[in-house]
Amino acid sequence: MAKRERLSGNEAASIALRQINPDVFPAFPITPSTEIPEYFSKFVANGQVDTEFIPVESEHSSMSAALGAEAAGARALTATSSCGMALMWEELYVAASDRLPLMLALVNRALSGPININCDHSDSMGARDSGWIQLYAEDNQEVYDNFVMAYRIAEHKDVRLPIMVCQDGFITSHGVQNMELLEDEEVRNFVGEYQPEHYLLNPKEPMAVGPYAVSNYYMESKYGQVQAMKNAKQVAIDVMNEFAKISGRQYGLFEEYRLEDAEYAIVLIGSAAGTAKDAIDRLREEGRKVGLLKIRFFRPFPGEEIAKALSKVKVVGLMDRAESFSGNGGPLCAETMAALHRAGNTAKTVEYMYGLGGRDIKVEDFWHIFDELEEVANGKVVDGYSYIGLRK
Amino acid sequence: MAEFKAENINEKSKWNEITPGNQIYEPATSKLFHTGEWSKDKPCFIQEKCTQCLLCTPVCPDSAIPVKDMKRLDFDYDHCKGCGICVKACPFHAITMEGVK
Repeated sequence: MAKRERLSGNEAASIALRQINPDVFPAFPITPSTEIPEYFSKFVANGQVDTEFIPVESEHSSMSAALGAEAAGARALTATSSCGMALMWEELYVAASDRLPLMLALVNRALSGPININCDHSDSMGARDSGWIQLYAEDNQEVYDNFVMAYRIAEHKDVRLPIMVCQDGFITSHGVQNMELLEDEEVRNFVGEYQPEHYLLNPKEPMAVGPYAVSNYYMESKYGQVQAMKNAKQVAIDVMNEFAKISGRQYGLFEEYRLEDAEYAIVLIGSAAGTAKDAIDRLREEGRKVGLLKIRFFRPFPGEEIAKALSKVKVVGLMDRAESFSGNGGPLCAETMAALHRAGNTAKTVEYMYGLGGRDIKVEDFWHIFDELEEVANGKVVDGYSYIGLRK
Repeated sequence: MAEFKAENINEKSKWNEITPGNQIYEPATSKLFHTGEWSKDKPCFIQEKCTQCLLCTPVCPDSAIPVKDMKRLDFDYDHCKGCGICVKACPFHAITMEGVK
């Protein structure tokens, strides 16, 4: 039966990992993800898990060791943030292209510079094209639940891709919330044993991982990765439905909040959704038709589904917590607009950049955004790409 | 899986006829791939000068000097990459980098 607890996101993540009991966890500390391996190493020292915990000398090594262990046949993971992920860059692509379903516990933090330890999504958004599944969370409960579900999605035979389980640095990672935990036994049964079909330490089947592929093979190989990523959508839906049966909490590729009859909607990722929901609730009391679409999976990107969910919306506010320096909007904006265009959706869109380097976003900011979306519907011409909370 | 045998994977294979991650599920498959095609220069074996000392065979990084009944044979050009290490190893000038293209 479920247990009530009050935990930070990092505590919740490490408890989920204790319940999963992975085989290998190499790690190198970096704020704000450090607590995950720190708490977990106590479980190792107390003999509560069977995990081989490897303190390594850099993130380049932690990801290398994790993917090596995964190739050997182990269920592996590592944890990092920001510049730590930047140092893993080469291995991120290797893990995905070698089709090794390991996990990365990513606590989102701004990339340098200026050096900054607070939340934005520039680290994971930079890695959006590395071939990893990306799963994001709004609150600590969602963080915990995502960890419990992640390996089932990544390891599925139709997928076999690594998965990045992301949460917002400090906001969820260090913020304490009330939440429900599943029993150890329930998690263990849900996640199950990792039984790879092919693995390096199988004496009955000598094999090679990561061979050279000339031009005649490379494109076919990439196409295979794309198909696996597309397959991940249905696999994720199935896993989330199964998870709902043991937890009572139903998740989707994204969450629709008061969106059904909304004429003005915003799209965003992560913890700001909580603030947005509060703003929406108060506007709804005034009879305003406003709603939210909170993306949970940025990879695979549920473009068709998002376009369908927004099909009746007049104006959409697209909110990015990572700059892409295209001069044309952030990644969420670019991909959502492309999905809307492909679906023939003619809703107007406005891009908002917010929360970079941990800049606060408040309920009132969302009110202003919804006001502006209504003004755009009434013909007002606005700067279609603006910064929330910027001094100018 | 039979369809994923290395000998069945070639430059005409469709995307789903190649293993996920290009993994190879069997040992000793490198013979199937004629990596010797990559090189421009090749060593030439001058049999008359060879004393069969066999100093050349262990230094070859690609095992491209076949040995049979304690005697080396001519080069396996399907796998020789033309590095020339054997030329340096031969005390009797029985290998040169000239003559074969």
